[in-house]
Amino acid sequence: MRDRNSGEGGAAAGRRARGELESAVLGALWAADGPLTGRQVLEQLPGNLAYTTVLTILSRLHAKGMLVRQPADRGYAYAPVRDEAADTAVRMHSLLERGSDRAAVLSRFVSELSPEDEQLLQRLLGGQDAGHDEDGP
Amino acid sequence: MTAVLLVPLILPFLAPTLARRTLDRLAPATALWVLTASALALAGACVAALGALVLTGLLKLPAFATLGELIHPLRTPSDYVVVPAATAATGVLTLSVLTLVRSALRQARAFRAARTQADRRPAAGDLCVVDSPHADAYALPGRPHRIVVTTAMLRSLGPVEREALFAHERAHNRAGHHYFLAAAELAAHCHPALRRARDDIRLAAERAADEAAAGVIGNRRLIATAIARAALAGNASPSSRPDFAPAATTGPVPQRVAALLAPAGRRSRATRPTAFLLVVCALFSVAAGAAGVIDFHHAVEVAQGEEGP
Repeated sequence: MRDRNSGEGGAAAGRRARGELESAVLGALWAADGPLTGRQVLEQLPGNLAYTTVLTILSRLHAKGMLVRQPADRGYAYAPVRDEAADTAVRMHSLLERGSDRAAVLSRFVSELSPEDEQLLQRLLGGQDAGHDEDGP
Repeated sequence: MTAVLLVPLILPFLAPTLARRTLDRLAPATALWVLTASALALAGACVAALGALVLTGLLKLPAFATLGELIHPLRTPSDYVVVPAATAATGVLTLSVLTLVRSALRQARAFRAARTQADRRPAAGDLCVVDSPHADAYALPGRPHRIVVTTAMLRSLGPVEREALFAHERAHNRAGHHYFLAAAELAAHCHPALRRARDDIRLAAERAADEAAAGVIGNRRLIATAIARAALAGNASPSSRPDFAPAATTGPVPQRVAALLAPAGRRSRATRPTAFLLVVCALFSVAAGAAGVIDFHHAVEVAQGEEGP
C-alpha cells in the first residue's frame, strides 16, 4: 500500500493533509449532539493537534458555508449545516439497498450481517472490551 | 479437439476452494492482485472456449460454411457431440452477455447517481456527509475521490474509530479497489463458479483497506472495534433487508474483525506455495483454452483448403 503516513499514529496526525483535517473536523461536528466550540472539537479529534489549527479549519469550513456558528464563551460554537431536504438520504438508500449487487463497485465499509454474524461480533467486541482474547470457533 | 475446450469450462469449479486458500495465505493486498488476475484469466479462457464451441457449431451449418469459405466439411468429432455442445455453449454465452450488460448498466447508473449526489454538496477534504438515520459508508471513486458517510455512522463511532473509517475508505480510493471489484463482477458473469471468487475478491479488497487503515492509525485492534461497531450499528437500524442466505458460513465482517484481532504476520512460509495453486489452475485453463482455439483455427484452415490435414 502506498501510505503517505503509515507508522506511528501520533506522529502522523501532526502532518496530515489539510483535506484530511477538514474531514476529521466535519466528522466530529456531525457526530456531536449540539454545536461544539473549538476546544470541544479538539477533544473529539485523535492525535495532538494544535488548538489554532482547529480554529483555522473551523473558520475555513464556515467560510465554505458548511458550518453555522453562534457566539459561545469568548468564541464561537459550530454546527454543521443540515440538508435542506431529506431526499438525498432517500436517494442514497435506494442506491445502496442492501442485499443486492446494485453498487458492487462502491466499496462499502460494512456489509450486512446475519444473526450469527451479529452474535459473533458481539462476542468479539465483548472480548476486546474486557481486554482479553477469546479464541473464536 | 472439443475435449480440450471443455477444460476451461470445468477448471473454474476449482476456483472457490483455491481462492479461499489464496486469501488465507497471502497478505491481503497481494491476494487481491492474485485473485483478480486469476479470476480474469479463468473467465477469459472460459469465454474463448465457449466462443470456439459456438463457431464450431455454426460452421457445421451449410450457410455459415459457405460464408466461412469452407471447401471441405469441418473435421470434428461426431455431430452427436458437437451439435449439442455448440447449442449449449450458444445458450450459456448469450445468457452471460445479457446478464453482464444488465449488470454493467446498473453499475453505471448507480455510480452516476452517487457521483451526482456527492458533487452537488461541498466537501470538507474528501468527506461527504449524508444526513441519514441509516448507518452506512462507502468509498466513491472518480475525480475527485470522495468518502460518503451517513450521520448515523459518524455518531456510532468514537473519534479514533471515525479516523479508522476514513483511513479505510481512503485506502480503497488510493489503491483503486473499484477496478478490482469491477473485474470481479465481469468474471462472475462469465462462469457461475466465479461468483464465489467475486466474493473472495471483495473480501480481499476490504482486508487490504483494513490493513492499510491499521497502518495509518497504528493499531489493529482499533480498526477491528471500529468495523464491529459500525456493522452492528448498521444492522440495528430498521432496514428492509431481505433475509436470504441462511448464513451457515461466517460473513465477511466477522472474518475481517477476527483477522485484525489475530496477531499480524501469522501466515507461515511453509504453506505459502498452496496459495498459488489458483494461479496454476488459471494458467492451465488459459493453456487449454489457447490449445483448443489454435486447434480449431487449424481445423478451419484445413477445411478452407489452405493447409493439408
